[in-house]
Amino acid sequence: MPLPSNPNGPGDAALRAPLQGIAGEGSAIVEIRDLGYAVGGRPVFAGLDMEIARGGITAVMGPSGTGKTTLLRLITGQLAADSGEIVVAGQDMRMVSRASLFALRRRMGMLFQNGALLTDISVFENVAFPLREHTDLPERLIRELVLMKLQAVGLRGAAELMPAELSGGMNRRVALARAIVMDPEILIYDEPFVGLDPISLGMILRLVRRLNDALGITSIVVSHDVKEISAVADAMFLLSGGKVVAHGTPAELKANGSDIVRQFVGGLPDGPVPFHFPAPDYFGELLSREDRP
Amino acid sequence: MRTSRTLDLGTGLFVLLGFAALFFLTTQTTSHGISLVSPPHYDLTAKFDNIGDLKVGAPVSMSGVEMGRVSNIGFDTKEYKAVVTMRMDARYDQIPTDSDASIYTQGLLGGKFIGITAGGADTYLKNKDHIDFTQSAIVLENLIGQLVANFGKSSSSSDNGGGSTDNGKAATQPEGPKPKPGAAEPKATEKPK
Amino acid sequence: MRLLREVLHSLAESLVGLGTVVRFFLRTVAACPAALLRIDLVSKQVYNSGALSLVIIMLSGLFVGMVLGLQGFQLLQRFGSEEALGTAATIGLVKELGPVVTALLFAGRAGTALASELGLMRATDQISAMEMMAVDPIRRLVAPRFLGGVIAMPLLAAIFSMIGIYGAQLVGVQIMGVDGGSFWSQMRSAVDLRDINEGIVKSCVFGVSCSLIAVYEGFFAIPTAEGVGRATTRTVVTSAVVVLFLDYLLTAAFL
Repeated sequence: MPLPSNPNGPGDAALRAPLQGIAGEGSAIVEIRDLGYAVGGRPVFAGLDMEIARGGITAVMGPSGTGKTTLLRLITGQLAADSGEIVVAGQDMRMVSRASLFALRRRMGMLFQNGALLTDISVFENVAFPLREHTDLPERLIRELVLMKLQAVGLRGAAELMPAELSGGMNRRVALARAIVMDPEILIYDEPFVGLDPISLGMILRLVRRLNDALGITSIVVSHDVKEISAVADAMFLLSGGKVVAHGTPAELKANGSDIVRQFVGGLPDGPVPFHFPAPDYFGELLSREDRP
Repeated sequence: MRTSRTLDLGTGLFVLLGFAALFFLTTQTTSHGISLVSPPHYDLTAKFDNIGDLKVGAPVSMSGVEMGRVSNIGFDTKEYKAVVTMRMDARYDQIPTDSDASIYTQGLLGGKFIGITAGGADTYLKNKDHIDFTQSAIVLENLIGQLVANFGKSSSSSDNGGGSTDNGKAATQPEGPKPKPGAAEPKATEKPK
Repeated sequence: MRLLREVLHSLAESLVGLGTVVRFFLRTVAACPAALLRIDLVSKQVYNSGALSLVIIMLSGLFVGMVLGLQGFQLLQRFGSEEALGTAATIGLVKELGPVVTALLFAGRAGTALASELGLMRATDQISAMEMMAVDPIRRLVAPRFLGGVIAMPLLAAIFSMIGIYGAQLVGVQIMGVDGGSFWSQMRSAVDLRDINEGIVKSCVFGVSCSLIAVYEGFFAIPTAEGVGRATTRTVVTSAVVVLFLDYLLTAAFL
């Protein structure tokens, strides 16, 4: 089977240029250089370079298992890189102290794959949670803020329900309200469209775009729903084999001719990411005289 | 938030019950406890040569009726005797001043207790009075020593007392002569046969 | 040679595990003062661990006390000392059965609830979400649950012993005919505050151990259904062994 081509080879300087033009904003809010990270001896990232521009929606895509969620955890400081450099909003994550890390996280909001609402408290209390923990705001003000955020995601009427009583889509919208309640600078979405029906999916999509524009923040969306995310993203990165194999605007990626991009964007079953898991010769195995493989 | 009232009520009841149990255990099962109903009382003292393993909290009885408890055990450094303080129920305030206090054993495995035998005086013991006539506890080693000593004599004098043994389970009154004050030796001996 | 290396390796693993537990314990204890400021969280956990365990503790205490009354009566009757039943039952309950049986029941009921709750929170990313919101999950989740267990255990043990004593009285006095007055008076003169103290100290130590084991297993559970299940089982097994071992140590220490 053909080896995947490495578009990030030494000659490809253009791919490492920051995305300033695309997002139209200033410097990058997340800079990743030569990142290395391994799990149990197996390298997840080796020499990853990425710059996420301030403002606008950046999508991070890739086949299953390329470590997209791991990348998010490295950016938020939940994991520490083995080698390389990650700078988030000016903070070098290798040298950040616990207090600074907590302060940084207060400027970020994260939407988890399954919402991750606290199941023993109501919707209202879930959204109010960061306010109660980090601020001393009076109860009246908390109530107004919570209701405003719930209104933004369309769930103000569900304030008194418990998370167990919500559908998947509603769960995620409440989690989104919770993620924006402290007015973060960066919003991170970890696979927000997984398992949603088309209507809920459309709702979340619309919210991602509208919130980004209304709040003037940077959104990083990890997803593999190419069609959906192409509709709202300003910049896209495609990861494969622990490296960035393509980046650009949605239009640029669609026009990209490399094998891996075409397989991913087109949803082709076979290509640089093979259909067959590595195995010995087919006929040889069938005709062998052994009982077990 | 909706069920917080039930929650608080439940927690409160539980903690209350727990502390009530702790209170019960520390006061109602030990002798240092607080009797929740404290009847009026008065104190008497008595000195013994040997109290054996008499404990604080041991009952003080007369004719088998419990009238009080041992509340304190001390030591007199001048006379080299044990000083026992007894807290008596105020209802039993007609103990003659020449009564005697002796130390007996409850049952086979039981602890020691104090039995009071009434005297014949007309005046009664009052708070902080002292019982002058006492009988110490029977110490097994001394008893055996006496037995061995008496074995050698063919006819033992009855100076060692002829009273009945009192291994009885209840607080029976000893019969026999009034003991000398401060008698150190047990008055009951078994004639070898 | 390989055997030696494997033994050393597993020894090193055990040491690492022990170190993790101790560090986790220290972090939890350090977070307790801050957690106590949120008294509403702690009292909810006292309710979960204590009040909800009341029924099983009281029932068990009653039956254990009644059995103690029966067995004690039979034994003492051989020596003609039935009146000492009160003493025997009280000492047995307060010093041994109360703390130990309560600890085992606590591990089974409240310990597993704590472990599975925390494990499930781990599996559904609630703990990660909390870390992401810059809230220390040890302070917000673990410490209140730990404190709830530590507060509930001695109280439960005391309730167990108290009901047990009444159970023994029920059997001994009402059914077997021991004199009621002797039951209590002999007990009062024989049982000392030292015995009660021993029982309270034991139940406090057991409370700390069982609560710690439960929250540790839950917090570090592998975030799958199987992982949570195994964490729950390990809570009960480890709690039981540790409690019985500590029981011996404490009993010896009090002699």
